[in-house]
Amino acid sequence: MMGRTFAEKALGRAVGHPVNANEVVTVEPDFCMSHDNTGPISRTFKKIGVKKVWKPERLVVILDHGVPAPSSDHAVNHKEAREFMQNQGAPHFYDVSSSGGVCHQKFPEEGFALPGQIVIGSDSHTCTYGAFGTFATGIGRTEMAAAWATGNIWFKVPESMKVTAKGRLGKGVSAKDFILKVMGDVKSDGADYMSVEFHGDGIESMSVASRMTLCNLGIEMGAKNAVCKPDQKVLDFIRGREKSSGWEVLWADPDADYVKEYSYDLGEITPGVAKPHTVDNYAPIAEVAGTAINQAFIGTCTNGRLEDLRAAAEILKGRKVAVRTIIIPASWNIYREAMHDGTLDALLDAGCIVCNAGCGPCLGAHMGTLAPGEVCVSTANRNFKGRMGDKESFIYLASPRTVAMSAVTGKISDPREAF
Amino acid sequence: MSDVLKGRAWVFSDDVDTDLIYHNKYLAETDPKKMPQYSFEYYPGKENFAREVKPGDFIVAGKNFGCGSSREHAVYCLKEAGVPAILAETCSRIYYRNAINNGYPVLFVKGLSEAIKAGKIGDGDDLEVDISTGSIKDATNGATFHGDAVSDLERDIMSAGGLIPYLKSRKKDVR
Repeated sequence: MMGRTFAEKALGRAVGHPVNANEVVTVEPDFCMSHDNTGPISRTFKKIGVKKVWKPERLVVILDHGVPAPSSDHAVNHKEAREFMQNQGAPHFYDVSSSGGVCHQKFPEEGFALPGQIVIGSDSHTCTYGAFGTFATGIGRTEMAAAWATGNIWFKVPESMKVTAKGRLGKGVSAKDFILKVMGDVKSDGADYMSVEFHGDGIESMSVASRMTLCNLGIEMGAKNAVCKPDQKVLDFIRGREKSSGWEVLWADPDADYVKEYSYDLGEITPGVAKPHTVDNYAPIAEVAGTAINQAFIGTCTNGRLEDLRAAAEILKGRKVAVRTIIIPASWNIYREAMHDGTLDALLDAGCIVCNAGCGPCLGAHMGTLAPGEVCVSTANRNFKGRMGDKESFIYLASPRTVAMSAVTGKISDPREAF
Repeated sequence: MSDVLKGRAWVFSDDVDTDLIYHNKYLAETDPKKMPQYSFEYYPGKENFAREVKPGDFIVAGKNFGCGSSREHAVYCLKEAGVPAILAETCSRIYYRNAINNGYPVLFVKGLSEAIKAGKIGDGDDLEVDISTGSIKDATNGATFHGDAVSDLERDIMSAGGLIPYLKSRKKDVR
């Protein structure tokens, strides 16, 4: 008998019997994540005609998209979310405070991302939690309202893609460089509807934070979810944080069936970028080096973690930035740690500004939007036309190291030159 | 039931992302009726869409329509403009679910991406579309296409008018 993929095992566990790819199943989510869009979801929820959420303790609401509110429209959405959570007696609400941060950082930090569990989120980057062995996927607002009311969501069990990485990344090369290369090969629709599994000793060698970067970008290949094997590093991370006891380490069988497979030697990966205006427009650094930039941005659910800020600081320490450089820690916990270990000092000394934890300019709402003709090199996950501001602006996606080195020179630069 | 709808084509490329359909700077808007005015504002050459689209016109797109964000605005802004269906070779998973959950048809049309690139279907062509059978005819130049019908569960949700009316009609499932 053919072995099972991670997705088949996780969804099979949720329904209580073995399932195969392409079956349609209905499952009860372990947690439902939403952010600033909680207000509009609550309005749709009220239209269904039920008063109480099926299990209020399964809602996790984290305000992050526009924090503190940049407009009264944003403030209204926040207010609605706040009141809804209170009225529902739902305990897991992360307001605009030093307990907050970007939802996809806070959710794992608070112990909601657990192996083998099912998480749905009304945000496309919910797939990030696959770094903890969670089956996590993004959905829309209507569907979230329905899940709150019924405690159910239907899925077609996805087919799976296997990405294997062996070896180690070289000096100055980051997990982001690897996943940008993968996205360039798979293309932005190459994993449509699929579960993407990351395998191999190269993945095992990476930190949990780096694996979050990989899984975060699963959606940019069209994936339903992305996942890494939950190992001791993951178990160490979740110990003492877990908000649910009903989790189980699951992983694919060695003889599971995959519709596509890709293999990489991490030692051959070089720094790289995704050029404007698509995420799969990959170029090795040599091809774009020298491109003049106006702004550099390090942050977001993709690359706003402590290891990212430290990697940038390692390059920026003792140097000065040549363009405006915006740093946004992904959570206030990370902010504190970076403050205490001297990382923020190094970044401030170099001339960067450090903003409050949140999504920031990634989606063009505030804190660093671009003027016509401007170029930004960013650690975010999307470089769609005009995403960070004017429609005639340009975004290059890169690793924190590449962004830091580019900030120093004022043009896209190879971070390996810093060492 | 055979319902042939007639309308003009608005033709788009592959990989039309959600920021091109409905830009993130209007995300704080929550009233679907106010969303059509922002449709395709960032799509080069389709800045006129919001002003000139007529109820009954169709969206015709290549592969991976609606990739990117989970924002439902990108469905509402077309549905509320009176676009009766999206005809695309493929569509991103979240966009597709959002469409179904709002009772909004997406037909998957094999070969559409190549046909668009080859100019076999163009802006302003008069289309005749049978949503129930998936039959699509370009009356301007005679080309025909076929769109795939949706699965049973999806059809049930669609015929109820979307996920919320579907749930209301099956109240026993709501705990």
